[in-house]
Amino acid sequence: MKRKRLKIFEKAFGVVLFSSSTVTSLTVLFIIIFLFNEGIGLFNSTPVEQKYKFIVSNDNTVKELTSKQLKDIFNYDITNWKQVGGKNDSIILFTINDLSTYFTDDELGANFENLPSKINELIKKQPGILAYLSDKYVPSQLEGHVLPLTKITVKEFVTGKEWYPTSKPAPQFGVLPLILGTLWVSLGAILIALPLGLATAIFMAEVASQRLRNILKPIIELLAGIPSVVYGFFGLVVLVPLIQHLFNLPVGETALAGSIILGIMALPTIITVSEDALRTTPTSLKEASLALGATRWQTITRVTVPYARSGITAASILGIGRAVGETMAVLMVTGNAGVIPHTFLEPVRTIPATIAAELGEAPFGGLHFKALFALGILLFLITFIINTSVELIKTRKKS
Amino acid sequence: MKDTDTIQINEKDTLTYNGLHKAEAKNVNLFYKDFHALKNINLVVKPNTVTALIGPSGCGKSTFLRLFNRMNDLIDGVKITGDVMLEGRNVYGKDIIVDELRKSVGMVFQKPNPFPKSIFENVAYGLRVNGFNHKDKMEDIVERSLIQAALWDEVKDKLKKSAYELSGGQQQRLCIARALAIEPSLILMDEPASALDPLSTSKIEELIYDLKDKYTIIIVTHNMQQAGRVSDYTAFFYLGELIEFDKTKTMFINPQNVKTQNYITGRFG
Repeated sequence: MKRKRLKIFEKAFGVVLFSSSTVTSLTVLFIIIFLFNEGIGLFNSTPVEQKYKFIVSNDNTVKELTSKQLKDIFNYDITNWKQVGGKNDSIILFTINDLSTYFTDDELGANFENLPSKINELIKKQPGILAYLSDKYVPSQLEGHVLPLTKITVKEFVTGKEWYPTSKPAPQFGVLPLILGTLWVSLGAILIALPLGLATAIFMAEVASQRLRNILKPIIELLAGIPSVVYGFFGLVVLVPLIQHLFNLPVGETALAGSIILGIMALPTIITVSEDALRTTPTSLKEASLALGATRWQTITRVTVPYARSGITAASILGIGRAVGETMAVLMVTGNAGVIPHTFLEPVRTIPATIAAELGEAPFGGLHFKALFALGILLFLITFIINTSVELIKTRKKS
Repeated sequence: MKDTDTIQINEKDTLTYNGLHKAEAKNVNLFYKDFHALKNINLVVKPNTVTALIGPSGCGKSTFLRLFNRMNDLIDGVKITGDVMLEGRNVYGKDIIVDELRKSVGMVFQKPNPFPKSIFENVAYGLRVNGFNHKDKMEDIVERSLIQAALWDEVKDKLKKSAYELSGGQQQRLCIARALAIEPSLILMDEPASALDPLSTSKIEELIYDLKDKYTIIIVTHNMQQAGRVSDYTAFFYLGELIEFDKTKTMFINPQNVKTQNYITGRFG
């Protein structure tokens, strides 16, 4: 009887363990699928707001416009249909704001009920017209045709240099400045954190006495426990004004500020992982080196660090991983200008900061919303590559 | 301690090295925190001899060996009293620079511990850290050391290969070559064959015998037969004390102390 109860208990225990891991795996899978599902949508969409259309006259031979061309047209950088592959005819823009220049209030009627027919007239009159209209004003018997827009491609998304997701009527979804911003800030962070972290790790693993190490270790672990928004505060209040004064800049919110803050945040990871790696160097190798008359520094540089090389590489990649994904602190100190940076003393905007700052304003299910999810995919891929390379380095070391 | 070839230990004549005592311990005590690990050890090592240190585990023989190149310094809480002399100089004297001292004492460890570098670089390591970088001479020294360590014929075609590609026995001979390259005046061996198969062990033993012509060797061993085969003198340690020190032949045939006798005949240990 007792035996049977025990058996049932064991079985139940097994079921609990199995279901926990299943739930965990499914959750992760679900999040990834959700991310891709939302983000991929961007590449099936045309860069025009829902329920709006671009109308041209039937004489117009232009087949498609990209969002970039559209933006140039609305900025008057392109003024002739010839420039986008059509007839030699100047482009006449028409949006709902231009109503009063063409029609009087009486002509349109009290509730704009005459507007669709008036638009038909206008299209006939002006063969070079490009009208941007809400669906409800498009005439049912349209005398012109709807001009389709090119779908957003992955290449356009990744290499596009302009990120104006809310610009109307032609939003721009080029994320190159954001990718570069992320890379700049992360690269700067690792340049700051790696020498400092490695030196600290060597000090703790090889030089410091047990007592000093027992004091240092909790301090470094404390560094990992500080919420990122607090780092952001520190950066904003101390670092940003300091950089502004030091380099005599108009604003202190720069890539450099982000790099320094991220560098500090990546320190605990780098120190802990490299210290562990340094500790795996066998005592027998260090003794062999010392017994041959090598000094402590020679032993560290010629034996200990080379032996721990792969662990140190893993530490720095993990540090970069932390820097790439960090949101809050970077959002607070980098100035968030979505332009391609040329020096560390310019404001930049990173991918996570963009998502955090804009998701609240993006209409649910809209293009902007989808574009932010596509950014999420990009970030996921970057961190995935980083984590995979850490695993590869680790397994390569074992074999 | 009873030494048949007694060399009278005199405070004064150790100040001028007379060539008779390669290495010497005088009233050496070693404490590891509160633990008294070596108790008043007196021992003289003559040039071009092999001295075996035997005794049960934890008797202090490895600790004693590591006095001569100050490897005990690496452990926290070690306190040493008495004098350890190497060629007439006090190893623990104020004027001694530890790195310099270790250049004149080679050490071979229990397990083969080559560096994760090429065979060539392993042998060259000791020279490189001492600032020696002459390319041609370096090649000569590496070759000579490998020949002395009876490894040259086996590795001469693959000096650039990783030392980890060698067998355990070859690795240990590589470690011996590495120690020989810095031309030490004393070689310390801490159970150099304990991790090796019988064939490799006998090669190492032959090597130790050959090296005696040029070097002075102190070897820690657990293997009585090995001590009998390779050493000229044997010191028996027990619980931190030097129980007996004598010519190996004398000690193995006619031990003075009953503890030595019991240990040698395998009744305990």
